[in-house]
Amino acid sequence: MAAASQRRHDVIVIGAGHNGLVAACYMARAGLDVLVLERNDYIGGAAVSRKLYEDFTYSNCSYVCSLLRPEIMRTLELPRFGLQIIPYEGGCTMMRDGGHLALYDNHDALRRELSRHSKRDAEAYDRFSRDIIRQCKFIKPLLMREPPDPTSFKPRDLMELLYLGQRLYNVGEQRMYDTIRFWTMSAADFLDEYFESEIVKAHFSGSSIIGTALGPRSPGSAYVLLHHYMGDIDETVGAWGFARGGMGAVTAALAGSLQASGGSVRTAAPVEQVLIRNGRARGVVLASGEEIEANTVVSNMDVKRTFLKAVAPEHLPEDFLTAVGRFKIRGSSGKLNIALDGLPTFPAIPAGAPCIRGDMHITDTIAMMERAYDDWKEGRWSAAPYVDMLVPSQIDPTMAPDGKHYMSVFVQYCPYELADGPWTDAKRQAFGATVIDAIARQSPDFKSLIRHAEIRTPWDIENEVGLTEGNIFQGELTMDQLLFNRPVPGYAQYRTPVRGLYLSGSSTHPGGGVMGAPGANAARRVLADLGRGDTR
Amino acid sequence: MNTARPVAPHFRKPLLETPFHDRARELQQNDHFVAWAGYSTVDVFTTVEQEYFAVRNATTLYDLTPMVKYRIAGPDAERYLNRLVTRDVRKLKVGRVSYVVWCNDSGHIIDDGTIFRLGPQDFRVCTAERQLDWFSDSAIGFDVAIEEVTGDIAALAVQGPTSCFVLKRFGLEGIERLRPFELGEFTVGGWPIMASRTGFTGDLGYELWMRPADAVSVWDELMAAGRTRGIRPIGSQALNMARIEAGFLLPNVDFVSAEHTVRINRDRTPLELGLGWLVDFDKPHFTGRRALLLQREQGLKRLLVGLDVAGNKPAHNALLYAEEAGRREVGSVTSAMWSPTCKRNIALAIIDAPYHAVGTTVWADIYLNRELVWERRMAAARVVGRPFFAPERRRATPPADR
Amino acid sequence: MSAATVPFDVIIAGAGHNGLVCAATLARAGRRVLVLEAGATVGGCAVTREFAPGFRVSAGAHLLHQMPAGLIDELGLAAHGLEFAATGLPTTALAAGAAPLEIGDAAALARRSAADARAWPLYDARLRRFARLLHGLLAAPAPRLGSDAWSDRLALGKLGLKLRLLGKRDMREFLRVIGMNAYDLVTDEFESPLLKGALSLDAVLGTNFGPRAPGTVLTLLYRLAAESAAGPRALAQPKGGMGAVSQALARAATAAGATIRTAAPVARIAVREDRAAGVVLESGEELAAGTVISNADAKTTFLKLLGPEYLDTGFVRRVDHFRSRGVTAKLHLAVDRLPAFGGASPRALGGRLLVAPSADYVERAWNHSKYLEWSAQPALEITLPTVHDPALAPAGRHVLSAIVQYAPFAPEGGWQAQKPLFLEAVLGVLEAHAPGLRDSILAAELSTPADLEREFRMSGGHWHHGDLAFDQFYMVRPVPGAAQHSTPLAGLYLCGASCHPGGGVMGIAGRNAAHRVLAEAAR
Repeated sequence: MAAASQRRHDVIVIGAGHNGLVAACYMARAGLDVLVLERNDYIGGAAVSRKLYEDFTYSNCSYVCSLLRPEIMRTLELPRFGLQIIPYEGGCTMMRDGGHLALYDNHDALRRELSRHSKRDAEAYDRFSRDIIRQCKFIKPLLMREPPDPTSFKPRDLMELLYLGQRLYNVGEQRMYDTIRFWTMSAADFLDEYFESEIVKAHFSGSSIIGTALGPRSPGSAYVLLHHYMGDIDETVGAWGFARGGMGAVTAALAGSLQASGGSVRTAAPVEQVLIRNGRARGVVLASGEEIEANTVVSNMDVKRTFLKAVAPEHLPEDFLTAVGRFKIRGSSGKLNIALDGLPTFPAIPAGAPCIRGDMHITDTIAMMERAYDDWKEGRWSAAPYVDMLVPSQIDPTMAPDGKHYMSVFVQYCPYELADGPWTDAKRQAFGATVIDAIARQSPDFKSLIRHAEIRTPWDIENEVGLTEGNIFQGELTMDQLLFNRPVPGYAQYRTPVRGLYLSGSSTHPGGGVMGAPGANAARRVLADLGRGDTR
Repeated sequence: MNTARPVAPHFRKPLLETPFHDRARELQQNDHFVAWAGYSTVDVFTTVEQEYFAVRNATTLYDLTPMVKYRIAGPDAERYLNRLVTRDVRKLKVGRVSYVVWCNDSGHIIDDGTIFRLGPQDFRVCTAERQLDWFSDSAIGFDVAIEEVTGDIAALAVQGPTSCFVLKRFGLEGIERLRPFELGEFTVGGWPIMASRTGFTGDLGYELWMRPADAVSVWDELMAAGRTRGIRPIGSQALNMARIEAGFLLPNVDFVSAEHTVRINRDRTPLELGLGWLVDFDKPHFTGRRALLLQREQGLKRLLVGLDVAGNKPAHNALLYAEEAGRREVGSVTSAMWSPTCKRNIALAIIDAPYHAVGTTVWADIYLNRELVWERRMAAARVVGRPFFAPERRRATPPADR
Repeated sequence: MSAATVPFDVIIAGAGHNGLVCAATLARAGRRVLVLEAGATVGGCAVTREFAPGFRVSAGAHLLHQMPAGLIDELGLAAHGLEFAATGLPTTALAAGAAPLEIGDAAALARRSAADARAWPLYDARLRRFARLLHGLLAAPAPRLGSDAWSDRLALGKLGLKLRLLGKRDMREFLRVIGMNAYDLVTDEFESPLLKGALSLDAVLGTNFGPRAPGTVLTLLYRLAAESAAGPRALAQPKGGMGAVSQALARAATAAGATIRTAAPVARIAVREDRAAGVVLESGEELAAGTVISNADAKTTFLKLLGPEYLDTGFVRRVDHFRSRGVTAKLHLAVDRLPAFGGASPRALGGRLLVAPSADYVERAWNHSKYLEWSAQPALEITLPTVHDPALAPAGRHVLSAIVQYAPFAPEGGWQAQKPLFLEAVLGVLEAHAPGLRDSILAAELSTPADLEREFRMSGGHWHHGDLAFDQFYMVRPVPGAAQHSTPLAGLYLCGASCHPGGGVMGIAGRNAAHRVLAEAAR
């Protein structure tokens, strides 16, 4: 056995994903000696920029910056450490009949665009936005708070429950009902309450299924629509955008911020086990056998990976282990990163329309999306997949050589386990071909422009990034796994059954996306437990 | 059918142009256009003062085309509208116009507008904002067709003390017999024109409704007919001054549509806006009626009133206090101006009970930017009735001949 | 008779079971009640009728398993002639070509899976604890949120307290599973496909969801909760079919002084001075009463009987969006011998027989209905009522009654063309489980949701008047503003399945509506 490292750290963070780094930054700023251990030889987790082919840069997991909390960007001084967000406008859905629906920032342009499909929908859109923004305003303050334990009688939990109740109560009777309904409805049903046009509904429901093992008809999918609006309110205006240099720029800036605060990151240091003595986390053991000691361990891995792989079961209550086993982390998304010789043409999009610089889609009915989900339920990748496709190199010159382009294609749905046996390279290629064919139906020159395509299945993402089943949210965002249920009832406050061991990843409240809130909340919990003040 | 000429696609040029756009572009001197309901319109042609005084002393042309217009027709049209708006549409005779508001279930105003009764079951409704969503849902269970006709009708407001004379000379024979809120059909030079004695200036004035194809010719002929009466086009800023003097409310300035409010307690009922006279509790059910009845029983927590502010510094956006020391906040100003006609410093304001009673004095916290130095004035403001200015000529039929 | 002289305090539109419970309850409280039923007989969905010469069947619901025992006793239904042909019926999951599984039979379960047999008692006990908690919620009227009334605050407080009284462990588990889908719940607990399939079907019977839809644990618990309130009689077959329940209810109401008129369809609700003032029949006859209670569904009540002109636009918008398209069909077969469901014991044949061989099977059946298709392989809940009640058919003959899922309200291609094909599909599934059944069929009747809408005058032909889902449940059912039986129009109340707690022959909505009327009068 290798000798233990010389130094005992205050905190070890397992995993240099964005939440791990956020947590590390806050703790380092509070004066703690923080070491972040990353198993890969590069940092970033799922927020990375990678050069895998010639001079192209791939944001090869997450691909847009939308939810990163502005208070985190401010406190950790991310712009100073090089983070540049380039907002993009619009987006569109191309239709099988050659038509399209585009979104534009300008309200009048948008109204006229929507009214090409339905005059009424063009106006109902305002009501739709209003209702979504009302819900955003309701939920936003909850993101950076620790959820209360509803079974507890501790003053803090009671106060927090009271706060939640008061917030709900304050919106008035009718809006309370609206809120209850919004949080429990399916996206399809919700959109039916506003729109009549199939293409309008299809376009908006897209954001309800990204990364989830739900279809647009599944109850509970409506609230995921919030994600497209969360960036549009109050101080977060303009939050939707590309990180210049790819998503790795986010984690690079975090690492810079961490270093400036005295913390450090060690790459190629995969953690094998959390060291536990006398029921308390004392450090970690690396795969190499090296032991590193720390008073506190924060795991940025998802809850399953943390407790089913890195903590010996004898340290955990049986109920807790069962609950972790039952936590739903489902692989449902794939990703293609494509290097292109030029910008593909999309005949459905009118020449000069700026929507080509936004998110482009090819699913033009909710039924088509729902059928894509049915394929997933049967253990197949979608025959007609939903894609969220962007070409950031149009406005970010660092992503591809001049005149060439990088296209990021997020694919819903793609299962982690196939019904007909394990993933093979041939199946991966077939999956990629399905996606490329689907896009090519809207772009005659697309295939001829492809120089290289990286095809990533949930299985690949799990193996490379370490996310269980390749789930981008470290756990489904369903009612049974939100707020005080996330990840495990009774352990929703970033603490775990092992003293000194905390969780900071998206498995915890408020969940996924490159938001940073779980990391910030976890750091605050650690600091409070150590009797240190809040650094925000 | 559409007035819009072939233009760049909407993603390059989101705003439409009205049929009067070429004339407006020729005559405006400041390149001062603003967006109004999806159209590009002139904010100021020459100077606000000249345009304002033309409203009160001469004749003005104001391009009303962007005003959203709906045709509402069908066997249930009257019943439908009567359930939609707070006034009794049954009392509106064919050939007349009515100013109305409509509310949501909680009695909060969605928008205001005018209803033109063109036939027993044929109406035109002009609104400030697009209403198809609400109008369509209100039509559930009614046999009625709702069609937006904004682009099919060009509209021009002809307002000012000499407007009747100008229109007569233009060729609207018998226009002088039109009473306030009455409409008439005319033909001039082969152009069918509907004229209504309506407007947003509180002065003598008319609104002309015509085919888009005729719009430029009508404009030119009107300008010619009004040459000896000081006719001039005006922009939205001058109109805004006139409407404040007249005590008229402007959506998104004096109130926010209940269909748009995101925050709590930003909605306003007609009772709170001092529009109780528009609410007819004796007519059959209309949306919001039960909520408004309850509010009437419980009393108003706030009211929109007129203010006569001391001094001559407009109380733009001023917070209002109960006492000069500025401790107890009791409301805020929604519109304010120095009235050139009344020579009074006037304002519209929302004030909490009981401070909204006529005669009460509140204090307006006015901020003045004087060569980049901000100064603060606490000005006494007396609650007064509206309108601030309502000349006899507004109602006289026939109006003065010159 | 002129409207002014009619001596009724209350008119109830619709003599479904809830309307009758409401009538009986009000009549017993001394109100002069008139019940108006459009059809020729009372009962609504709880009705027995002849579907083939000499063959009678419960044409809507075919088992009584949700009516609280207390309500049956309170109204003295036994004294009014309600008898049971059988009670405590078993539920058996059928497997084509394999042994069936009686749910709750530990030995049978152990033969399939030792792990499942171990897990079952814990699962069953836990769900029943949750069901008991939920039962309190089902039985009481839904409170209003944000109201200043102490009764509403008390109701919410009681709910919170009951939740707390579950204890930390159960409370946490309850708050977790309540938002889950049934598929995951049963997959976490069990491995036997047959058991998982049967439990999944129970979770989605009568709803427009597949078992993978979040919220289906709620519907599963809802079913258990109602059953737990029904007490030892749960899963009972009334003698003479479900119509016997309605007949007994009608006699109880009449005995208490209520008047019931059949073949008297209400055309509209009369309004005077912004109050319900009575009803106008399709015949033109006007009947006055200060209180009108509608047993019709929310859409029919507000959009047809009352009409949007008496309501606010926002409210009408919500009613219009009340999801009420049924996806459940009903099959009635007259057969010349007792169907031989492979391996099913005589006891099993007298109970509920489920065709839901796996949770995936049920989910796949639902997939079709999303695209306006009928299920190629439908899931079934089958009863053979003649096993316990031979009088429903000629001697030696039998009746098969099955709830069939899923059938869209308006399939692509229209029912006229699609129905024979769908019937063929259903019979194909039945034949696979009961070889030879096809040859024994004397007559077949398949009621699609469109047929059910016509027969039972329910918008969309939905069993529950509207989907049971979180967004149409409790204080938002059917819509905010009408979730406490009273409506925006003074004097008009709802008492049917559109109200909390929803459909199923339960009678709770009827009773709660009556209490609401009495309470408001007392104020």
